[in-house]
Amino acid sequence: MYNAGKIIFGLLIFLALVTFPFYNNIGKVSAKPEPKIDTPEIQKLPENERKCVEPKDFMRGEHMQMLNDWRDSVVREDNGIYMSSQGKQFNMSLQNTCMKCHSNKKEFCDKCHNYMAVAPYCWTCHIQPKENKS
Amino acid sequence: MSMNRREFLKIAGISTIAGLGSVSLFSRLQDKTLEAAPYLQNPEAMKARRWGMVIDVSKFRDEDYKKVIEVCHRTHNVPDFKNPKDEIKWIWTDTFKHTFPGQEHEFMPQEIKERNFLLLCNHCANPACVRVCPTKATFKRQDGIVMQDMHRCIGCRFCMAACPFGARSFNYRNPREFIKEENENKEYPARMIGVVEKCTFCTERLAIGKMPACVEAAPKGGLIFGDMDDTNSEVRKALKENYTIRRKPELGTEPSVFYVIGGNGYAVVPEKS
Ligand code: HEC
Ligand code: HEC
Ligand code: HEC
Repeated sequence: MYNAGKIIFGLLIFLALVTFPFYNNIGKVSAKPEPKIDTPEIQKLPENERKCVEPKDFMRGEHMQMLNDWRDSVVREDNGIYMSSQGKQFNMSLQNTCMKCHSNKKEFCDKCHNYMAVAPYCWTCHIQPKENKS
Repeated sequence: MSMNRREFLKIAGISTIAGLGSVSLFSRLQDKTLEAAPYLQNPEAMKARRWGMVIDVSKFRDEDYKKVIEVCHRTHNVPDFKNPKDEIKWIWTDTFKHTFPGQEHEFMPQEIKERNFLLLCNHCANPACVRVCPTKATFKRQDGIVMQDMHRCIGCRFCMAACPFGARSFNYRNPREFIKEENENKEYPARMIGVVEKCTFCTERLAIGKMPACVEAAPKGGLIFGDMDDTNSEVRKALKENYTIRRKPELGTEPSVFYVIGGNGYAVVPEKS
């Protein structure tokens, strides 16, 4: 074997560099997003009615689809009201329904979206709730 | 167990009937779930077969036009670019000559020759813009309103070329920078650079039982809005009692906006409730 020492040394450096991100992050669990629901509108609701349009798990997985369906239903099918699976009625509106309750967009929608690296383009047109810049 | 031919046929027949029956029963059940579709109309919503408008020009002075335009544009977050080249307009004014081209003549009353007319999307019964839209972003609703779905607009501007009334505007610049924050209507979206927009007859207000914003802001009886399919509606009464004209009827787009021109004293004045 020629130059075994150099090759092994090189390999070691290579391994060290490649695995750097892993041991650099050991112990630093990147925080799971915790969307905050402590907005005035939600606080106003009685404790046992602090619920979303649909159950939390459904909202978490399907809210994008739901918003899509809402906008088609409102803009293209002349509807206005959504009847939830619990039989509650909601005005189908991004600005006037979702964002009235979730008026803390930065601490709620954005928390998750930044973590997941999704950037909905809705806000180029739809007006976001006013928030204190924090 | 043995079975003769006759018994076999009996059992086969009965099970076929049972099978077909349960299929139709099942589809009936499915119909029920369809009936309970989660999307409903607001019971307050204003409904019509074909919305239309009569503009009684004699009721307006220039200040009234200004007010109507401002109310509409504020309600819908229409930007003011301060530059006629880039102008976005849902409702605007122009002279007789430009409003009814080919109908002006040198002997007509000076008052009419010089006055302004209110213009907006005509919500044509046979809209050229709808035919050319490649994405169905602009389409005709069942109540006759020519609607523009901003979510589908790709900004090709075919509709602007097709519309003979100049009712459509293109966002050459980012409109959000030209809407003052204190003027923003937080209940309605704005638009973005690269989409076309126009008057929607206030579908968002009709959906909650309100008259279009311009109709509310206009002088009494100036804008009459209603169902052209309903012989008892205010619009139909106004159309019956006044001689009205439309813009460029020769093009065959069948506008749903009508103008009462003369300052005739017998124009109907509907009571505002
Ligand atoms: C009546 C007020 C209200 C409205 C309106 C509302 N939400 Fe919620 N939303 C809540 C509350 C309260 C929770 C927390 C539910 C829980 O913890 O069970 C929540 C939870 C959620 C979650 C899950 C968050 C998580 O931690 O997983 C999402 C996503 C969400 N909402 C999106 C929306 C969207 C999108 C809309 C509009 C279609 C909307 N919400 C409308 C009150 C509301
Ligand atoms: C629990 C985390 C969470 C919360 C809270 C949340 N979202 Fe989302 N959202 C997601 C994820 C994850 C996706 C991406 C899904 C995908 O790519 O399939 C997404 C996607 C979307 C999309 C579609 C984006 C696209 O480009 O297709 C929209 C619109 C949206 N969210 C709106 C909202 C709004 C409005 C709120 C606040 C009311 C909100 N979301 C709150 C997790 C969340
Ligand atoms: C090009 C501008 C534009 C963009 C981008 C846009 N919207 Fe809209 N949206 C509008 C306009 C304008 C309306 C109002 C239509 C009407 O009712 O007259 C609307 C209406 C809606 C409605 C129903 C009415 C309401 O008050 O909310 C929903 C729901 C909706 N949009 C969801 C979305 C979502 C979700 C996104 C992002 C994935 C999005 N929109 C992106 C312009 C836009």
